[in-house]
Amino acid sequence: MTTPKQVLIDPIFNNNPIALQVLGVCSALAVTVNMSTTLVMCAAVTFVTTMSNVFVSAVRNRVPTSIRIIVQMTLIASLVIVVDQILQAVAYDISKSLSVFVGLIITNCIVMGRAEAFAMQNGPWLSALDGFGNALGYSVVLIAVALVREPLGSGTLLGYEILPRVADGGFYHPNGLMLLAPSAFFIIGLFIWAIRSWKPDQVEVPTYEIAPNTQYREAM
Amino acid sequence: MTPVADFNKEGLGNVLLVAVSVCLICSIVVSSAAVLLKPQQQINRELDRKQNVLRAAGMLPTDGSTDSEGRGVDELFKLFRVRAVILGSGEYTDSVDIESYDQTKASRMTDTSRDLTASEDIATLGRREHVALVYLLETEGVLDKVVLPVRGYGLWGTLFGYLAIEGDLETVAGLGFYSHKETPGLGGEVDNPNWKEQWPGVSLFDESGAPAVRLVKTRSAEGSTAATHEIDGLSGATMTSRGVENLVRFWTGELGYGPFLSKLAAVVSP
Repeated sequence: MTTPKQVLIDPIFNNNPIALQVLGVCSALAVTVNMSTTLVMCAAVTFVTTMSNVFVSAVRNRVPTSIRIIVQMTLIASLVIVVDQILQAVAYDISKSLSVFVGLIITNCIVMGRAEAFAMQNGPWLSALDGFGNALGYSVVLIAVALVREPLGSGTLLGYEILPRVADGGFYHPNGLMLLAPSAFFIIGLFIWAIRSWKPDQVEVPTYEIAPNTQYREAM
Repeated sequence: MTPVADFNKEGLGNVLLVAVSVCLICSIVVSSAAVLLKPQQQINRELDRKQNVLRAAGMLPTDGSTDSEGRGVDELFKLFRVRAVILGSGEYTDSVDIESYDQTKASRMTDTSRDLTASEDIATLGRREHVALVYLLETEGVLDKVVLPVRGYGLWGTLFGYLAIEGDLETVAGLGFYSHKETPGLGGEVDNPNWKEQWPGVSLFDESGAPAVRLVKTRSAEGSTAATHEIDGLSGATMTSRGVENLVRFWTGELGYGPFLSKLAAVVSP
């Protein structure tokens, strides 16, 4: 029997949605160029995941199995639109730089995954904790990625100068790769490596083994 | 029968009931959020547009919302006179409501825009609206700056921006894009303040009055006539550089604000 505390804490490192389940990577690549958009995205995903878990869990005994996915999607989509509208009203600049990615929270596998896998079987309170915990796990990875990308890519953090750039008379040549989405792949990869070295039980058993190379002699 | 057994979760009745009520509740929540927040969103959009006009005119720093004298966006923007212009003739018009006119939207409607032929359409716009907004800045009755909305296709999508011209109606005062989809670090450098610095002072037209701005790899010798029309192209962003060159040429040309600028020039210095 899992305790509420485990439900909340586990997804952060033990069962991280990005590092272990490798879900929600799309937005992790797209919004982590700078820290401010990352933080807003994390807040938006946290709100949507928590609330969607609560609502899905609240109606779980009423929803027929045949339309459960549609009901979940409708609830999630409504929440995302509300978040998008609020962002456009209170943080216009950030909502502009997040552009489509707020809307794409709808398709974030973490939100849907938690609604289907957890909220459909558990009560609203536990589901809220689960949603919040998973969003925290997502946020930890995103913030870690942004923490690398923004200073190395543009020499700043949250807009404040960390590494003075050559263009502004400093010493640092910005690394252009860090501004592009593929750099997040490398950082997430290193992050997963670090977590699995720390917690070796997360290492997956290889599903197949690559045969040794054909030897020169055998090919003759 | 007990009431519990009476309730058939998988039955058609319940499916319909759940579907309808979920849709109803969700649509109420979504539409009330949209309606309640609309006024604030419109204020934000309006403020953003004003900021972009001011930034192109060099009256507002790129990262702040007040100028060196501490004047805010609204206060600075009040200095501008906004007019609607018929692009074909260059005449002012009062046929559109300046407050609500959406130029980009107008360029998509068949009745408020015209088709561009392949040879006309150097900036890959597809269609061009009949009426455009211009922002005039007058200091003590003398025309100081004109800010014109411009747009054109780069590499990945359309660049939207403002071109500010000095009171002589020939010299660029600034060019800035507020929305584009160019590659960060390459074409995205159109936002780089160091690159944008080159625009003020560039001469828009050659002796015959045709658009002459060029984005080049190597600039002509300092002091030559050619050099006054030239801007350094963006390294590694040939398509974006071409797009910027083409859009400036299009909008300063006959199909763009050309007629309006020559009419205005005749008024300013008869």
